[in-house]
Amino acid sequence: MELTTVWFALIAVLWAGYFLLEGFDFGVGILLPVLARDDRERRLMINTIGPVWDGNEVWLLVAGGATFAAFPEWYATLFSGFYLPLLLILVALILRGVAFEYRGKVDDDRWRRRWDACIIGGSLAPALLWGVAFGNILRGVPLDTRHEYVGGFVNLLNPYALLGGLTTLTLFTLHGAVFLALKTDGEVRHRAGRLAALLGGPVIAIAGGFLLWTGVRHGDPAGWALSGAAALALAGGVAATQFRREGWAFLATGATIVLATFALFVTLFPNVLPSSLADANSLTVTNASSTPYTLTVMTWVAVAFTPIVLAYQGWTYWVFRKRLTAEQIPAAVKESV
Amino acid sequence: MDALDLARWQFGITTVYHFIFVPITIGLSALVAGLQTAWVRTGKEHYLRATRFWGKLFLINFAMGVVTGIVQEFQFGMNWSDYSRFVGDVFGAPLAIEGLLAFFLESTFLGLWIFGWDRLPKKLHLATIWLASIGTLLSAYFILAANSWMQHPVGYTVNPDSGRAELTSIWAVLTNSTTLVTFPHTITACFLTAGALLLAVSAWHLRKGNQEEVFRPGLRLGAWVVLIAGVGVLITGDLQARIMTEQQPMKMAAAEALYQTSEPASFSLFTIGSLDGREEVASVRIPSLLSFMATGSPGGEVEGIDNLQAEYAQRYGEGDYVPYVPVTYWSFRLMIGFGALAMAIAALALWSSRKGRRPANRWLWIAAIATVGMPLLANSFGWIFTEMGRQPWTVFGVFKTAESVSPTVSAGEVATSLIVLTLLYGVLAVIEIGLFLRYARAGAPEIETPSDDPDRPLAFAY
Ligand code: HDD
Ligand code: HEM
Ligand code: HEM
Repeated sequence: MELTTVWFALIAVLWAGYFLLEGFDFGVGILLPVLARDDRERRLMINTIGPVWDGNEVWLLVAGGATFAAFPEWYATLFSGFYLPLLLILVALILRGVAFEYRGKVDDDRWRRRWDACIIGGSLAPALLWGVAFGNILRGVPLDTRHEYVGGFVNLLNPYALLGGLTTLTLFTLHGAVFLALKTDGEVRHRAGRLAALLGGPVIAIAGGFLLWTGVRHGDPAGWALSGAAALALAGGVAATQFRREGWAFLATGATIVLATFALFVTLFPNVLPSSLADANSLTVTNASSTPYTLTVMTWVAVAFTPIVLAYQGWTYWVFRKRLTAEQIPAAVKESV
Repeated sequence: MDALDLARWQFGITTVYHFIFVPITIGLSALVAGLQTAWVRTGKEHYLRATRFWGKLFLINFAMGVVTGIVQEFQFGMNWSDYSRFVGDVFGAPLAIEGLLAFFLESTFLGLWIFGWDRLPKKLHLATIWLASIGTLLSAYFILAANSWMQHPVGYTVNPDSGRAELTSIWAVLTNSTTLVTFPHTITACFLTAGALLLAVSAWHLRKGNQEEVFRPGLRLGAWVVLIAGVGVLITGDLQARIMTEQQPMKMAAAEALYQTSEPASFSLFTIGSLDGREEVASVRIPSLLSFMATGSPGGEVEGIDNLQAEYAQRYGEGDYVPYVPVTYWSFRLMIGFGALAMAIAALALWSSRKGRRPANRWLWIAAIATVGMPLLANSFGWIFTEMGRQPWTVFGVFKTAESVSPTVSAGEVATSLIVLTLLYGVLAVIEIGLFLRYARAGAPEIETPSDDPDRPLAFAY
């Protein structure tokens, strides 16, 4: 296999990992005002992702870094072209990250309510915008002969991409509900399970619609196959939520996210950013890539270190595998002596 | 202002801001790990209380380091897309490796450390903070290798067809002579910063007589760290100055506002005169010191700005190759000056607290408390000197700043992000400082013995 293909695949894996893991982080944030009745329950929810959210976010940083290293042209055009949405995502991620860390540090209701708003908004916005971004990548954007993005901001707001945004938003919310049902006990678990069961239908309609539209637009057989598998996984997950099989439901929504991400990347291949103006202007794995030497170096690094990273991240989930209950959340901090 | 100027302001503001939190993270993570090790080995409770106390301050700082770092990674593509295109093949690799090797290590093990107090065996829990600390050092190494490549590009060729830089040896990039001196200089500066933090916060408590058992050792530890790291900073800084003279002679000339080539060259402690240092009204000079800094010998020749400008114009074509001299001149001095001041105060604090004594002088207490800001300023001035002294280049001798900016991003867009990020950073600074002071004032917590009940409350929760 060509090294450029290997790196395209690796970047797909990084995004799939990011969506799989931050997907439930976002879901938990979005559901904060829906599932929790009091402050203890809100803290219960936040603490299910407390030890892991930062490690999950690094999947995005590595996806970005890998794109920079392996496909500099793609990184350059994508990041400068999607300027304002990325700025919004940055602001959201900044507020969300600080909020996790600072929310519990002062025992004051107004303080906590404001940080809660940051967590909710900081989870909602990226969950929506990543879908919009990927919708646009698949759909193609106006690139000129130098592969520069020449559309404006409004260009990015089209029905297909917006449906993509709704897909990630609803899918991550479902994933988060399923995660909470799996990781908590008591009232929140019960409510999360019920909500997941309710969300199933709408998510199938929205995500199914988006994958169908993608398949019809591009007619890529491998893409169809992966989309089909994603749809099956989603249907299985939704069925599992009806019977409160929490472990199975989580595996299934996770598989849905991973398979759907792969479906999008397979459909995109060998383009990385198609031009809607002329095929010749498209960025592809070939014309956007680094040199074989750089790709070889990066491949060795990835081969050597990815298994180690996966092992210790996996171990973290094992250490924190037990369900949390509201009773285990300690009383609000007293920072004084 | 056009998009280029705005993008430069944004890069400068966001990077200097990021680098307020970075040195504290790097230095304090290792110091906290050291304190926790002392507790695990001796079982003395005051070490545990110190670990908890400094650990909390560390986490308040770390959160800001993480979120401001994300902006750094994104803005290369957003504001500097032509730069990213040109250097991606070379520069992307250390950045990606940093993510895979360092950021995962840092973030994962710090999560384990924060939430693992009662979930992990004692020694394993101790290992997590050490691993996080190693992660911060790895991260610094790779990012500084990337930055050093911009100061002194090695291990690459420029492809004549594509006009891009292409990597020919990753080994050359990772063992760049510039990296090898920049890394120890920056890391020792980070320890100096964290030491000053210990010194200042401890002094604040000791002055009021709070928790002597925690803050007396804290004061002494902080002062020693400042002194030892400070010596390291001086030695590595001296090496750096020599390498810089060789690789970027214009930067050294601009650091001294030295227009005429001189042999030997004196070093001015400060100058009063015209802003660009061409005309001098009064100055305090140390004979031959610049020669020594730049070449290692008191009589060595140091090239002047005028010569170098003529030489560069010949080599690289017509243009202005002189960085903005007032900034390079003063930032160089302020970097050294604030560091030296912090060291002097640390030495005084050590002396006057020797053998159980208590500093009697009110001004010494105040100075010790004020030390906290000095290394932060020295760090910022160091970076401002390094980066602005390299102008007009982003990659020295190869690629100019004016060519680096994103061609399709409008001034309005950059202005939007500059304003949004600056306002956001401003608000967060106020919140962060407030929280930091609140927790610093609260002092070290009492330690409660945990129960064995499996449903007991978590030792730590957000
Ligand atoms: C000398 C050290 C150093 C320097 C010059 C920089 N950083 Fe940094 N960075 C760190 C040392 C560091 C660190 C110690 O590893 C941090 C600080 C606090 C933290 O959480 O990790 C960090 C955090 C951090 C993060 C968040 C990582 C996470 O989520 O855990 C990113 C994405 C970056 N940085 C990226 C950058 C980029 C693109 C820089 C160049 C412009 C940069 N940093 C300069
Ligand atoms: C790997 C690390 C770094 C890289 C790759 C890097 C790269 C750059 C780039 C691309 C620019 C914009 C071009 C320019 O205006 O000069 C720049 C400018 C600047 N950087 Fe760095 N930088 C790094 C680290 C830092 C750090 C840690 C600081 C300080 C804390 C810093 C301070 C500045 C400043 C102040 C400017 C603005 C200079 C100006 O006015 O143009 N840099 N740097
Ligand atoms: C005698 C004292 C010092 C000397 C001779 C010295 C020398 C230097 C030189 C020559 C550079 C520029 C390197 C380049 O652009 O290639 C530099 C950068 C820097 N200095 Fe210093 N320095 C001293 C003290 C300090 C102190 C006290 C601090 C902070 C506490 C500090 C922090 C920095 C930082 C953060 C940078 C930018 C990163 C780098 O390029 O290493 N320096 N220093």
